[in-house]
Amino acid sequence: MTKGLIHSVETFGAADGPGIRYIIFLQGCKMRCRYCHNPDTWRMDSDDMRSAEALLDHAERYRAYWGSDGGITVSGGEPLLQLDFLLELFKKAKLRGINTCIDTAGQPFSRGEPFFSRFKELMQYTDLLLFDIKHIDPAEHKALTAQPNENILDCLRYLSEIKKPVWIRHVIVEGITDNDEYLRQTREFIDSLDNVERVEALPYHGMGVYKWEKLGIKYTLGNIKPPSEKRLDSVRKILGAT
Amino acid sequence: MKNEWRGFKSGHWENDVNVRDFIQHNYTPYNGNEDFLTCATEDTAELWNEVQRLQRLEREKGGVLDMETEVVSSITSYGAAYISDELRDREKIVGLQTDKPLKRAFMPYGGIKMAEDACATYGYQPSRKLHEIFTQYHKTHNQAVFDAYTPEMRKCRHNKILTGLPDTYGRGRIVGDYRRIPLYGIDFLIEKKREDLSNADGGTMSDEIIRLREEVAEQIRSLKLMKVMAESYGYDISRPACNAKEAVQWLYFGYLAAIKTQNGAAMSVGRVSTFIDIYIERDLEEGTITEQEAQELIDHFVMKLRMVKFARIPTYNQLFSGDPVWATLEVAGMGQDGRSMVTKNDYRFLHTLVNMGPSPEPNLTVLYSSRLPKSFKRYASEISVKTSSIQYENDDVMRPVWGDDYSICCCVSATQTGKEMQFFGARANLAKCLLYAINGGTDAITGEQVGPKYPRITSDYLDFEEVVERYDKMMDWLAGVYVNTLNLIHYMHDKYYYEAAEMALIDTDVKRTFATGIAGFSHVVDSLSAIKYARVKTIRNEQGMVVDYETEGEFPRYGNDDDRADIIAVNLLKTFITKIKRYKTYRNSEPTTSILTITSNVVYGKATGSMPDGRKAGEPLSPGANPAYGAEKNGLLASLNSIAKLPYEYALDGISNTQTISPSALGNNDDARAETLYHILDGYFDKGAHHLNVNVFGVDKLKDAMEHPEKPEYANFTIRVSGYAVKFIDLTREQQLDVIARSEHRSL
Repeated sequence: MTKGLIHSVETFGAADGPGIRYIIFLQGCKMRCRYCHNPDTWRMDSDDMRSAEALLDHAERYRAYWGSDGGITVSGGEPLLQLDFLLELFKKAKLRGINTCIDTAGQPFSRGEPFFSRFKELMQYTDLLLFDIKHIDPAEHKALTAQPNENILDCLRYLSEIKKPVWIRHVIVEGITDNDEYLRQTREFIDSLDNVERVEALPYHGMGVYKWEKLGIKYTLGNIKPPSEKRLDSVRKILGAT
Repeated sequence: MKNEWRGFKSGHWENDVNVRDFIQHNYTPYNGNEDFLTCATEDTAELWNEVQRLQRLEREKGGVLDMETEVVSSITSYGAAYISDELRDREKIVGLQTDKPLKRAFMPYGGIKMAEDACATYGYQPSRKLHEIFTQYHKTHNQAVFDAYTPEMRKCRHNKILTGLPDTYGRGRIVGDYRRIPLYGIDFLIEKKREDLSNADGGTMSDEIIRLREEVAEQIRSLKLMKVMAESYGYDISRPACNAKEAVQWLYFGYLAAIKTQNGAAMSVGRVSTFIDIYIERDLEEGTITEQEAQELIDHFVMKLRMVKFARIPTYNQLFSGDPVWATLEVAGMGQDGRSMVTKNDYRFLHTLVNMGPSPEPNLTVLYSSRLPKSFKRYASEISVKTSSIQYENDDVMRPVWGDDYSICCCVSATQTGKEMQFFGARANLAKCLLYAINGGTDAITGEQVGPKYPRITSDYLDFEEVVERYDKMMDWLAGVYVNTLNLIHYMHDKYYYEAAEMALIDTDVKRTFATGIAGFSHVVDSLSAIKYARVKTIRNEQGMVVDYETEGEFPRYGNDDDRADIIAVNLLKTFITKIKRYKTYRNSEPTTSILTITSNVVYGKATGSMPDGRKAGEPLSPGANPAYGAEKNGLLASLNSIAKLPYEYALDGISNTQTISPSALGNNDDARAETLYHILDGYFDKGAHHLNVNVFGVDKLKDAMEHPEKPEYANFTIRVSGYAVKFIDLTREQQLDVIARSEHRSL
């Protein structure tokens, strides 16, 4: 039995997949997104270790609220860094008839082994991925997240190949992703896929900045304001987002 | 069959007064969506503009537009009156409490002092002659109660361990079955009451029989006066209503008689929606009404309910802030036969919140079941998201107890319509009781010995077993003095302020409930949990009384779906109601209890010392059955699960829960939000919970409304608080801050 490194759980999520969802935030991420609002999930260790069974037992206390659409969403951190645990969790979730969703940025993806075959297996037990494209441009991506994006875009291509439904998410940060040319490129890339059910443009917010200060990490993004409603509308038009 | 009953399916209801039987035989369930609804007519818009103008004037004048000082309110004390003489022909439903809109009547029977103080507060000079009459020649309820109170009762009242007692005003919470007037007409109802009177003469002329005969005679007199009142408006209600317009009007006359004679804290309208729909459906079929006209009737009826006012004193307003009257009105619910009782009219009532904007009154209540038609659940949720003006109560837990024709008689308490009445009992502060248990019956705030002088706890650290044992004994004492105080109050209320108009519309062989209540619930639960699972150190003053606590270590708190804390909550509730039930209650009424505080949580908190759970002296208690401030750490659903564990059968008077959810947490647009909301309701009520107040707005809006109440968009900004709805700007600043504090911790 593998145990998951847990950051926290939230019993009520209505914005992370279809319906009402129980959200498991896993601990650990290798991306260093400059606008990250959960830098406390970066470290790869946690005192809170839980088994798949324990988490599912807890999640099912809220099953009455899920209706036919809801279920569990695993977020993070980066869930794909705990692939073995995730596989066990979702296999067991499916035995209980629970809808499963992963909220990922795809950073750990690789077509190499042992990752790839485990990932392929995981997809058999996954109903939906919320897939965060941080930046479409390789150099800008690196500058924003400290990680390359080639394998990430490849992950999306693979998911398109196997027709696994995804919702694309894109955070709109003034001066970084808020650029018509990049947004058009992002849309072109989305158009090359045929598994995208929805595109969401999420406005940047500074509500996580206090966590950086608390952790003693320098917040390099400075004082950026959330995009205006007007700008968000035009962004959504270009992205074809809801 | 009478012409007024043409087209109705026959049944037992024709021979005996039985509105439920009539409804079940004749209503048409509606499973469609809201697309048939129509917008406000020009008449509605103009009338509503005028009412809003008057409401603005009322606010500018400090909360009261006008007051009566010379006339004692009765069913016939005023002639016909209208919203405005110019718009008189546009009022489809007529009738005001006094001779002018929003003018407050003079109602001295509950207590002349309160009636006079209310006048004085707003700069009115009460009549000398009435003062003389009600101090020298006619006793009031308030004087009678204080004549009989024991020193112990006075002490409990003064020290606020028993609070909000209905000893200076009408007890309210009695719902006349106002539907009886349109269905049967007054003459038939008088005939039936006369039969009851003639049957009440067997055997010995005991106290009970004498009283019953006097009461029924009073009821008959009230029924006759209702006819006179209706005549002044040009209507003859001696016969049944012959169409929808008359049905709504007749029904409203019944309610009007109640609010002209009683100033109870809660003056509910009851479950009238499905009933009225039967008349509208018949008119639609006969082609004598259009949908627009049907909506207009409901809009105008609701407009009248939005105008109900009573004269109150400042201390009353602190308890029940924002001028509420609990004109509670129910929609939806399921029938015993499994059919949904949702009709088009249930949509029309909710739609008044669109046609005339959000409003605290009437206190619109959806009797909820996950089996209600999906389109209705979605529509109600949408209206909640847009107006925050609706409350939800679980029909699936109430129906087995009260049947399928119950009304909500105040904020959340069920009562069988036309079959029952309730003795409203305010609440006992169980948080204070815990502090008394620790301090041997002494009130640490006043220094008075209030409870029995049991030994104080002397240890530095509190021991769970010891505290529970002492608390149990102190609660025994409190339950006793509480029940006896209520017995006395209701004896006097029956004697000096009998609700003849409402009781005339209730079966003579009435069932009575005795509704006690609990305040400070979550703080007791968390305090006991702290004593059990952490270490609680006592801090004493010079007299050795414990005045504060230092709690070391973590402990499970109520509101996190943690069984360790939640089981303490269940046990506390069960213990209290079990103790209440041990005492003899007035007129053999059935004791119940509630976990419900209204906005009085702020005032109660002021009179309550520091608690072992970390709540400091004077801070507000959490309202109703809500978890303590900041206790909920696992999200909304964990909190709902904790509250859903409280068994309704232990608290048949209601378990009130108020939740504020920010729009963004529910979804990206109103459609998604409505979808999410009804799934929350499905889950919560399927788990057996009783009640939920739903607010959908962000903290920023509350803060802005507090700072800028003059902005037009806040004039009708309505929020749900424990058990009712208020206009946010009508709350005291203290209560506004309290609402903001609660909403804030929730959004983090």
